[in-house]
Amino acid sequence: MADIAVAPRAKPQIQGAWDQLKHNRNWLGFWFMVPAMAFLIFFLAYPLGLGIWLSFTDTRIGRVGHFIGTENYEWLWDDSIFWLSVFNTLLYTFVASAVKFAVGLYLALLLNEHMPFKALLRAAVLIPFIVPTVLSALAFWWIFDSQFSIISWSLRHLGLISQNINFLGDTTWARICVIFANIWRGVPFVAITLLAGLQTVSPSLYEAATLDGATRWQNFRFITYPLLTPIIAVVMTFSVLFTFTDFQLIWAMTRGGPVNATHLMATLSYQRAIIAGQLGEGAAISSAMIPFLLAAIMVSWFGLQRRKWQQGESND
Amino acid sequence: MQDFTRRALLQGGTALAATGALTGPALFDFARAWAADSPWKAESGAKLTVMRWKRFVPQEDEAFNAMVAAFKTATGTEMNVFSESFEDVQPKASVAANTGSGLDLAWGLHTLPQLFPTKVLKMNDVADYLGKKYGGWTDAAAKTCKLGDDWLGIPVATNGGYMTYRKSALDKAGFKEFPKDFPGFLEMCKALKANNTPAGFALGHASGDGNSWLHWVLWGHGAYTVDQNDKVIINSPETAKALEYCKALYETFIPGTPSWNDSSNNKAYLAGELYCTANGISIYVGAKTDPSKKELTEDTYHALWPVGPIGKPTELQLALPILAFNFTKYPNAAKAFIAFMLEKENYEKWLSGAQGYLTQTLNAYETAPVWTADPKNAVFAQASKRTLPASGIGTVGEKAATAIADFIVVDMFANYCTGTKDVKGSMAEAERQLKRIYR
Repeated sequence: MADIAVAPRAKPQIQGAWDQLKHNRNWLGFWFMVPAMAFLIFFLAYPLGLGIWLSFTDTRIGRVGHFIGTENYEWLWDDSIFWLSVFNTLLYTFVASAVKFAVGLYLALLLNEHMPFKALLRAAVLIPFIVPTVLSALAFWWIFDSQFSIISWSLRHLGLISQNINFLGDTTWARICVIFANIWRGVPFVAITLLAGLQTVSPSLYEAATLDGATRWQNFRFITYPLLTPIIAVVMTFSVLFTFTDFQLIWAMTRGGPVNATHLMATLSYQRAIIAGQLGEGAAISSAMIPFLLAAIMVSWFGLQRRKWQQGESND
Repeated sequence: MQDFTRRALLQGGTALAATGALTGPALFDFARAWAADSPWKAESGAKLTVMRWKRFVPQEDEAFNAMVAAFKTATGTEMNVFSESFEDVQPKASVAANTGSGLDLAWGLHTLPQLFPTKVLKMNDVADYLGKKYGGWTDAAAKTCKLGDDWLGIPVATNGGYMTYRKSALDKAGFKEFPKDFPGFLEMCKALKANNTPAGFALGHASGDGNSWLHWVLWGHGAYTVDQNDKVIINSPETAKALEYCKALYETFIPGTPSWNDSSNNKAYLAGELYCTANGISIYVGAKTDPSKKELTEDTYHALWPVGPIGKPTELQLALPILAFNFTKYPNAAKAFIAFMLEKENYEKWLSGAQGYLTQTLNAYETAPVWTADPKNAVFAQASKRTLPASGIGTVGEKAATAIADFIVVDMFANYCTGTKDVKGSMAEAERQLKRIYR
């Protein structure tokens, strides 16, 4: 049709090409994609590319830098604070994500049961997720304050301890406290998403299994868990990504202290890039997070492709 | 009318200022008379965009805004003033310097004008005018703003921090007055701890409190991050001594100081848990304005920082310089405004509003009413004289500012005091970071 319509007019070549662009269906699809592409390029690809480029320069705030190759990375390779922040980030992510998964799954199973005030309870679980992170971080900052901690105060008045617990001043305690705060904040997301997954499991499967004499554990192990795996993969990917890139909690509670024991890669990057003005080095730290994040995404990406993950153990 | 104007008003204004009543119409009259007489005539239709740090004492801000309003009326200059938090002032000024637009004046911290010496308006005439009129500038203040013989900005004021302590606790510990040297100070801290009335100084990432007292310990022992030629010399026997001294002090502190930020000591002191710390006058002002803390207010005194083994004051006080960019279209208006702020009629009232939070950099203001209004303010009058520039003995500028912002000295001390690293390890880590900054 198009050929017949165009041929008799015999327009000049350029005009024809332009018409092609205007009317060809394949190009039409491209035009419709342009706004979305522009959005992605300007707000995702460009900043990401710029960040990586900055990490190869000695840019400071307010001054254009020069290309210095991998100098920033070489410096970080021998920087004990950087490696400490990598260790902290991995520890933080691993412990917090594991606990969030365990507690989240447990809560989801509980909330999936029939009980009084079910809707109300489900809504209540979401509260930590609704409170702005900075606000909850400030609350935790007070709860764990070295002088005014309500926990220390209560224990002291109960006569269990004689001196305040040095929550945020001791390296081990500080790590426990920030991880606890992150768990508190992250559990609702895991719990509610898994709960949504649980609702999609057909009750008839349980009925059939029960008729076959399956125990509750077997119900969970061979029905619930396999059907939930795709959701678990997605939820845990997001959970790991959020935890790995956490910034607000740490910044409001400890600023990376005591003695950098809670500095995550994100907070160290901010301190070096924005506070101390060394944009290049800060960009290198945040770029160093990319391989870790990619790895986390790959795990779930390839996991989601596999039937074994989607449909249970033996079905490869 | 002609006879009545300038001189009469200036004199009248001075008298009024002394009683702290130069407000409203009187201030505007003074401003008009001043503008007529000023060596810098604001360009007609001038428009100034001024960035300043966000105030901590409301009355200081009010006094500042009153000056701005008076200047506006007297010179017809349109003034657009906005404030930014401490951390944001430098990046924004840097961007303005870089892009050559957006700001005419920036009032910032530390050695801000040294960060872009080619982008600022030389202030030599303003500095001369004010220096001659008001008894000269203090050394440290001049150093923060001067490059060779040129003034890159005007040191408007210093934000001083001093020892803040409970007299009753010192009395009980057997100290009639605050110790004046390092060994005495350590003895006092030990005695305070023994009485369960401990001292405490921030060992966390507290940009103001942490940096100021730890640099004082470092410099007091004759140790510096870099020498006069900006060669890194942190790895030295003097630093090791400073670390040992600091650890001994740390063992007498209230628990939790490695987690402290800039507000922690204020809170603990005002709650009556902390009996000696170093801070700006804000703790005292806070107590004074709280009727329920009358006893604590009366018991609170201020003292100079004890002098270290090197035998001279080694304080680190926060300089607050203002600069004008050389791309401003109204250089005369900018200079006029800066000179106007520092004239006696304005400045003394401004100092009074700040209640000790700001200290003069011009010697003549040592007799400003704020220092005698409350005898406990008096210590803070010396902040501009007893401080070293933020770079210690090295050159002032961006590198020194980066080292402070990245908490290199703070982390070095915290590493050793908390037992995370030994003396050598703490110094080596700081040395490595400093060498990169000063490469």
